Amino acid sequence: MYEGVVQDLIDELGRLPGVGPKSAQRIAFYILASDPIDVERLAHALREVKDKVQFCIVCGNVAEEDHCRICRDPKRDLTILCVVEESKDVVAIEKTREFRGRYHVLGGAISPIEGIGPDALRIRELIARLADGAITEVILATDPNLEGEATATYLARLITPLGIAVSRLASGLPVGGDLEYADEVTLGRAFEGRRLV
Amino acid sequence: MWVRSLSLTDLRSYEQVDCALERGVTTFVGRNGQGKTNLVEAICYLATLGSHRVATDAPLVRTGATQGFIRCEVVNDDRVIMIELAISPGSANKARVNRTPVPKVRDVLGLLRTVLFAPEDLALVKGDPSDRRKFIDDLLVQRTPRLAGTRSDYERTLKQRNALLKSASIARRTAGTEMLRTLEVWDEQLAASGSELVAARVSLLADILGLAREKYAFISGDDNTLLGLTYVSSLGADAPADGSADAPTDQVAAADREGWRLAILEAIKNKRGDELDRGLTLIGPHRDDILLTLGQMPAKGYASHGESWSIALALRLAAFELLRADGVDPVLILDDVFAELDASRRQRLAEQVGTATQVIITAAVDMDIPDSLHGVRFTVSAGTVTLQDST
Repeated sequence: MYEGVVQDLIDELGRLPGVGPKSAQRIAFYILASDPIDVERLAHALREVKDKVQFCIVCGNVAEEDHCRICRDPKRDLTILCVVEESKDVVAIEKTREFRGRYHVLGGAISPIEGIGPDALRIRELIARLADGAITEVILATDPNLEGEATATYLARLITPLGIAVSRLASGLPVGGDLEYADEVTLGRAFEGRRLV
Repeated sequence: MWVRSLSLTDLRSYEQVDCALERGVTTFVGRNGQGKTNLVEAICYLATLGSHRVATDAPLVRTGATQGFIRCEVVNDDRVIMIELAISPGSANKARVNRTPVPKVRDVLGLLRTVLFAPEDLALVKGDPSDRRKFIDDLLVQRTPRLAGTRSDYERTLKQRNALLKSASIARRTAGTEMLRTLEVWDEQLAASGSELVAARVSLLADILGLAREKYAFISGDDNTLLGLTYVSSLGADAPADGSADAPTDQVAAADREGWRLAILEAIKNKRGDELDRGLTLIGPHRDDILLTLGQMPAKGYASHGESWSIALALRLAAFELLRADGVDPVLILDDVFAELDASRRQRLAEQVGTATQVIITAAVDMDIPDSLHGVRFTVSAGTVTLQDST
């Protein structure tokens, strides 16, 4: 244990995702040894991000105004909607430049163990968005894990009766990789999901 | 495949031990508590990344040391693979293959395959259903690695679903049934992975039944008493045709995945009230069992000690033959098995295992091992392993 404030800093850093006690200690001492201006800049960035950034009132993506950059963009296709778990998934899909519709960020996936039910996610907002009939297709792009699949199944059951086409991202082998490096579970599932050419 | 060398550092009772092994039969003989089983336990640990004796890693490391090491050279198709494993309780284990660190310890699975016969196998007959499920699931994963994913998916779904049921059963008493809306989604997930698991288990039982029968008849020397394996589904009367407990023992349940999926969904619906009352998933592969029978009688409770042993051996031998038929010849390990059998059963077991590429045997008394299993003999005494001059 260190003296008061140093230990406080280590404890705070240790609460961050992906930072263990050893890393927290290293970062704390790095900050202690840094230039006061650099530390001030970090503190400023932390405060700013909390003050300025808010969530888009339409899609739930991070934004600096009421609406995020994508929801403000008039060139976006209004008939197609992509549902993702987190804002960082939006960034990942944007990088592909394949998708020209809009997004809906749920803020997580259904996970009873963590006490996350449908009410804790932005599902009511999603259904409200679909109500006016402008959207004709919904792509479910939740993570390909158990919780993501459960969320996708749940959404499909809600949305299909509305007469809107629902699709799910495919899963399988990574493109450009070597077959030999794929783990047996992924490869096994890719075999199962094979298609005729 | 066979193990060419084994070396242990700070593992169990050993500070350091090295032994060179050969194809064919190798025997470790020594009095109780000298460290025979520790040697074979280490080999099995490399193959399964788990000990058959303890659930945690801490007892594996020598008292006083912080890390234990297992180093093993495995020969497969004339290629030598060196597997090294550092076991450190409390932190992540590390592995190297041919001196190159592997990113995940799990990557060493499959490089060495073993089939182990140990006194603990008696639990297959006398133990809980979970012991039999573990036997069949471990064998499934060895034959079809993809099912490891199905198995962990199922276990995770089960946890999620139980968490939901628990909170829903509390909520039912206080508030409305808000959480229940997601229950159907988890039902589907449970039925999807559950049906794959059950269908795979049932078809594996069908594959193994003939072999197990043949092995049992051979070891027991009794051609009249038929060994039976029946899949007992927790679905009860809702199970697809032939899957119910009272189906004839020689008919293994229909291995149809879609049929099982629908049956699980249907059974879940019927159990809804009970599940909500208890806050638990009451049906599915995690509540299934395999009924072992001798003639018309269930083995559990009716079979003698020796008969139970013969059944356990027959199941292991059948698993060995099945893996062998798939093209891999696993290392066969017999840990303290002969002491439990009468002379004629010993002799017959010896005949069965003699054909394996490599057989590693431990025994407290030299005399227990049938003469036909000649081979390299090591004496294990107070943590030292010495080669006996072959006679």
